[in-house]
Amino acid sequence: MIENLVKIGIADLNVVAGSGVLRTSGLGSCVGVSLYDSNSQIAGMAHIMLPSSEIARGGALNLAKYADTAIPELVEQMSKLGASNKRLTAKMAGGAQMFAYCANSDTMRIGARNVEATKNQLNKLSIPILAEDTGGNFGRTIEFYCESGVLLVRSVQQGDKEL
Amino acid sequence: MFPYNKFAEFQMDVLKEVGNIGAGNAATSLSKMMNKVIDMQVPKVEMLDFEEIPEKLGGSENVVIAVFLRFEGEAPGNIFFVLQKESANRLLKNLAGIEVQDANVYTEMELSALNEIGNILAGSYLTSLADFTSLNLTPSVPSLAIDMAGAVISYGLIQFGQMGDQALLIDTVFMEGQDAVEGHFLLIPDPESFHTIFRALGVPLND
Repeated sequence: MIENLVKIGIADLNVVAGSGVLRTSGLGSCVGVSLYDSNSQIAGMAHIMLPSSEIARGGALNLAKYADTAIPELVEQMSKLGASNKRLTAKMAGGAQMFAYCANSDTMRIGARNVEATKNQLNKLSIPILAEDTGGNFGRTIEFYCESGVLLVRSVQQGDKEL
Repeated sequence: MFPYNKFAEFQMDVLKEVGNIGAGNAATSLSKMMNKVIDMQVPKVEMLDFEEIPEKLGGSENVVIAVFLRFEGEAPGNIFFVLQKESANRLLKNLAGIEVQDANVYTEMELSALNEIGNILAGSYLTSLADFTSLNLTPSVPSLAIDMAGAVISYGLIQFGQMGDQALLIDTVFMEGQDAVEGHFLLIPDPESFHTIFRALGVPLND
């Protein structure tokens, strides 16, 4: 059992400091992104479901759901804990295409669009992407270890991988 | 906007009936293929948080066999046919006489058989749905995935994702011989489709 494990659900985000571990499971077309300030050992993770909040309709906006809102929100929450925006680095995984057909329809390409939007947003905020394991046609569970800065990517088809 | 998350009791009952007819037809197809009696539970119609949905299939990381069919037309939506591994292996044995050697690596033959079974069942669910509602619904080619339940099912939640953090699921469990083969038929109409489905069935709409 991992101590200080913080679970992040679908369209959810959270931050942790020190020896904590962030985990989100069952990423398919969704993208899991972790931000990290190694100096202050503060980390954040978001489970992004959709590329852009522009398509949101009705009700309160869940910032964690969209690439363009989740990443700024993570940055904000981490800086409240004492992280420096300038030192932030990113790792990301997910954005798969779980089902093989119809790659031309927008809905079916959602994985690739999520990856693209996440990268755009990171670029906009000048956060370098240190590593990624995206695309493919398989699901992933990811764990970010705040002490070491390692992102562990688990999958049924490809086994474990450290980023 | 149509309050898709606030259905009246009688509207939920209509959706239950939609599930009953769709899954009932699919179960009949399966029963014919297997030459065995297939039992079906009363469909559950629930508005669930995204988080809760993979739990219905054994948890986010539980590996399932899923056939996904997207349908477009007058009332677009998603259909999943989901089996646990043990059930898939029994199905393969019963239907195709295939003894699965290693359930972690299905052979081409096994995959193709599973895909075909899923095609037939998801197709028959959709056909009866279209007949029952007299709506024009056109299916995509069904596709198979064997992976974490969370990763697989999230594909069916994208349309609801634009509205909120919940989805309405019409979930029907079927089984053969107590629990030897057990699976789920999941129907997830797009949020906009409920209006059309209710209207097609002559169900009064709430304002």
